[in-house]
Amino acid sequence: MSKLLEAQSLCAYYGPTQVLFGLALDVNDGGITTLLGANGAGKTTTLRSLSGMCRTTGDIRFEGKAINGRATEDIVRLGIAHVPQGRGTFSRQTVEENLEIGAMTRRDRKAIAADVERVYGYFPRLKERHRQQAGTLSGGEQQMLAVGRAMMLRPRLMLLDEPSFGLAPLVVEELFGILRTLNRSEKVSMLLVEQNAALALDLADHAYLIETGRLVMEGPAQQLRDNENIRRAYLGY
Amino acid sequence: MELFLHQVLAGLATGGIYACMALAVVMIYQAIDHLNFAQGEMAMFSTFIAWQLIQWGFPYWLAFGATIVISFAAGVLIERVVLRPIHDAPILSHVVAFIALLSILNSGAGFLWDWTIKSFASPFGSGQFLGQTLINKHDAGMIAVTILLLLLLYLFFRHTRIGLAMRAAAANPESARLAGIRVGWMTALGWGMAAAIGSVAGMLIAPVVFLEPNMMLSILLYGFAGAVVGGLTSPGGAVFGGFLMGVIENLAGTYIPVVGREMKLSIALIIIVAILTVKPSGLFGRPVVTRV
Repeated sequence: MSKLLEAQSLCAYYGPTQVLFGLALDVNDGGITTLLGANGAGKTTTLRSLSGMCRTTGDIRFEGKAINGRATEDIVRLGIAHVPQGRGTFSRQTVEENLEIGAMTRRDRKAIAADVERVYGYFPRLKERHRQQAGTLSGGEQQMLAVGRAMMLRPRLMLLDEPSFGLAPLVVEELFGILRTLNRSEKVSMLLVEQNAALALDLADHAYLIETGRLVMEGPAQQLRDNENIRRAYLGY
Repeated sequence: MELFLHQVLAGLATGGIYACMALAVVMIYQAIDHLNFAQGEMAMFSTFIAWQLIQWGFPYWLAFGATIVISFAAGVLIERVVLRPIHDAPILSHVVAFIALLSILNSGAGFLWDWTIKSFASPFGSGQFLGQTLINKHDAGMIAVTILLLLLLYLFFRHTRIGLAMRAAAANPESARLAGIRVGWMTALGWGMAAAIGSVAGMLIAPVVFLEPNMMLSILLYGFAGAVVGGLTSPGGAVFGGFLMGVIENLAGTYIPVVGREMKLSIALIIIVAILTVKPSGLFGRPVVTRV
């Protein structure tokens, strides 16, 4: 499989504090890769580095083109949709406006309208609430809106930052089912950050494990899942 | 009763100007979280440009339109040149930049056009509107133009994609960037629009207060008061607050003997302090809640 995203010796900094120390990380075209680790390991920072939202050094390539140092909005326009932690919903705008904001980089009005309907097809509850202010939605609905907004970009790659956070188990199950469908039928590759390792390893085909900004191990998701020592030491289940 | 109605209508006319200034202030506040103290001087400078164009023989409405375009461009330029470089700087740096802008524009206007008071023609003519006694032609024209302007702005922000992009950029800049919106340019666009709105306010009020470098001082104060009353986070509230300030100003000046003409300006300050004490988020604003 060809590589969609490649990061080499990636370091990231918040002010003078270094948070990532030379990560190497790939996402295969068409695959789902998960990034696991404890609180404060640097998972969110890794995603933010890939989207150009913090100061980094190293080499990041998307479809072979170097993207590090570029502005966030330019990286997004290449087809990388980032669903941030806390969902990043525009709470005073309506559900439909949130989706339109997601398509702001596109000009094909007809296709945008069709894509809004497509998102509603995946998430019928959003359609029921399409004129409601997004801030009035439940946590699960907001997460679905965040994923829907990312879909509006027609991305090649989705960066998902803890989509299961704070959601009821049933809602998580539904959401992850939809992520799987998106990956299979719409050929959206994904880089998934999760605290819920069991869940993430089920969905993903490849996994990275990081600790305090350094890579601890990587391999096929299956392999990490079956390794009892790793499970006990790092994944906590 | 006639006096009362007369004062309310005249108050709505100046209130429209305050509403425009309040809206300009709120638009910039939403985008960069700072109050632009130079908003009034920007409007004053625009009005001088209009005056100069008219002196050069431009017909009024052509000068009016050209001034709006020039002001818009100047607003964008100010954001790019002065504010972009300091956008991460602390609040005091912003205050200093605004004060610098204020005094540069004030002195610049005095230097270019001197400090004498100039009259500024009203495009609506003098005399009473439609022959009745309640409202004169200029006040009626002011109300009409401000309402038209506010309506156009409402349609722009509600029903265009760029308006939605600007609202998104102001509401949540980080998420807006993640949707590919160029937030920096949206801020610049907001500055341009605020400057253009201010220029309309300046040109409309100039026939009433006369044209001179300090003409917008009291008007901006009422604009601030309107913005604070309505809530700095609510454009609609700011417009309402602006109109309300115009009416309060006139009624207080007429019916409270101590206030009279001289003490009118203190009304604005009293209202600002009172609102900030009692309901800091304003009538329509939302309290800012931060997770710590």
